[in-house]
Amino acid sequence: MAFAVVKERYSSKVNEVVLGATSEKGGTRSHVLKVGGQTTLPYLHFEGEVPNKPIIAMEVTDVEPNWPAPLKEMFKDVYNEPVDWAKKCVAEYNADVIYVVLNGADPDGANKSPEECTETVKAILKAVDVPIIVKGCGDEEKDNEVLTKIAEECAGENLMIANAEQENYKSLAAACMVHKHTLIALSPLDINICKQLNILVNEMGLPLDRIVIDPMIGGLGYGIEYAYSIMERVRMGALQGDKMLSMPMVCTVGYEAWRAKEAYADGEEFQSWGEQSFRGPLWEAMTATTLIQAGADILLMRHPHAVKLVQKNIAELMESNKY
Amino acid sequence: MIIIGERINGMFKDIGQAVREMDPKPLQEWAIKQQEAGATYLDINTGPNTDDQVTAMKWMVQVVQEVSDLPLCLDSTNYDAIEASLELCKKPAMINSCPADRPKIERVFPMAVKHNAKIIGLTMDAKGIPKNADNRIALAMELVAAADEFGLPMEDLYIDPLILPVNVAQDHAPEVMEAIRQTKLLSNPAPKTVLGLSNVSQKSPDRPLINRTYLAMVMACGLDAIIADANDDDLMATAATGEILLNQSVYCDSYIKVFKSR
Repeated sequence: MAFAVVKERYSSKVNEVVLGATSEKGGTRSHVLKVGGQTTLPYLHFEGEVPNKPIIAMEVTDVEPNWPAPLKEMFKDVYNEPVDWAKKCVAEYNADVIYVVLNGADPDGANKSPEECTETVKAILKAVDVPIIVKGCGDEEKDNEVLTKIAEECAGENLMIANAEQENYKSLAAACMVHKHTLIALSPLDINICKQLNILVNEMGLPLDRIVIDPMIGGLGYGIEYAYSIMERVRMGALQGDKMLSMPMVCTVGYEAWRAKEAYADGEEFQSWGEQSFRGPLWEAMTATTLIQAGADILLMRHPHAVKLVQKNIAELMESNKY
Repeated sequence: MIIIGERINGMFKDIGQAVREMDPKPLQEWAIKQQEAGATYLDINTGPNTDDQVTAMKWMVQVVQEVSDLPLCLDSTNYDAIEASLELCKKPAMINSCPADRPKIERVFPMAVKHNAKIIGLTMDAKGIPKNADNRIALAMELVAAADEFGLPMEDLYIDPLILPVNVAQDHAPEVMEAIRQTKLLSNPAPKTVLGLSNVSQKSPDRPLINRTYLAMVMACGLDAIIADANDDDLMATAATGEILLNQSVYCDSYIKVFKSR
């Protein structure tokens, strides 16, 4: 008797979102990248379409970060030079995208002006030809100033800008709409707020295919299963026709993985855990590959060795398993 | 919950007159109005006072599709009119309806399969509407068997266990609820279920209250679709809230709005 493969048929699909813009669309990128567009659960090529691979954005900060030794070691030559750092990520590590984090804007830190931050972003745009994601420092008021300025000055580039949140989304949504950028909507591990925020941003006039969901994650060993289950539910919603959950998802992999003790701890008492320069990147890679299985479309990562492992994993996952 | 907007029906005075005079405006206005209120299908019924049902229904389908891209529910006992209209439907339509009566099954099921249409199957036969759940289920089973026989995908069969007005046939309401529950057990995948909801409140003083109360009750039994007044905001809010409480869609504060703009 012939074996019949049971296939699920979904009524809808994940929105396809474009990162970056070439000169034809008013930007300066050499190419654009697309994420989303899936008509089935992650990598079930036999059941539906998985038209775009997940992409890796490597993190670059505008001021010297206080990162653990294995990361510092990899970037020591460019640690204070965001432009060179970005170049290195693209040229040496094949980063699909550069993820610029403007920690320097922090009023309690370097307190850089919106103009200075804009210069940094523009310089990086000039130095590399891949699409760019820009994140503020986390201070709502300052970020609204800084990010709207950047949105205006880089109009047409289709930057991906982070983060809109439930209590603070209006200025960023408006800036993205007017100056043609894409917005990351962040909700605190809460699918109900996630959906509501997408509705609110969309009501401001930003089209649904210019919104990406940051569901907030926990790193491996620190609540990754909560993130995983929320991401699964978001993806099921998308496939079952919930338009307000149909966006691709972005995950702050590097940030969360390197907050884990298993990644950052060094010193004698942790020697039994293995070399930090080995286990740290491994922790980041495992966090990333786990979330890819839950539907992550964009991975914000730090360590080149972790990036390399995940690139390999992605290539394997994108091989067809149709039968 | 699939909402089949009931308003484009020649039984209503304005539509009846529009169909007789071939005036597209009232039909198109109601198409848009129902779509905006949350309808996911539009019922199309020529009404009784039309000489040429085939021409009338074809015309209605055409003018409604000029303003709305919702799929249509072709509501007639004249199968020639339905068959002619199926040719014109841009999206797979729903045939409303076919009783569990062999000659009619043989007429309706093949044309549904041919046009990729869904069927509303009524749990009644030449003898009329059964009084209890068990006899409704026996007729539902005949429709399920027919779907299997003619190759209609089971999820395209919508069993309607036929609710009667509560002011004259009170004992039917719980029987219909039981019939909905049991219909879901008839096959795997199960057929869908549908009700002409407004019928439950015929000639009662507070119709919307009866309609929405019964909707909540039948949703809990597993009902998939209603033919109803999509412009009854409280009814739509009840359907949206029912979906949330049944965990069929993800809660958010604006869930009613999202339901209406699906």
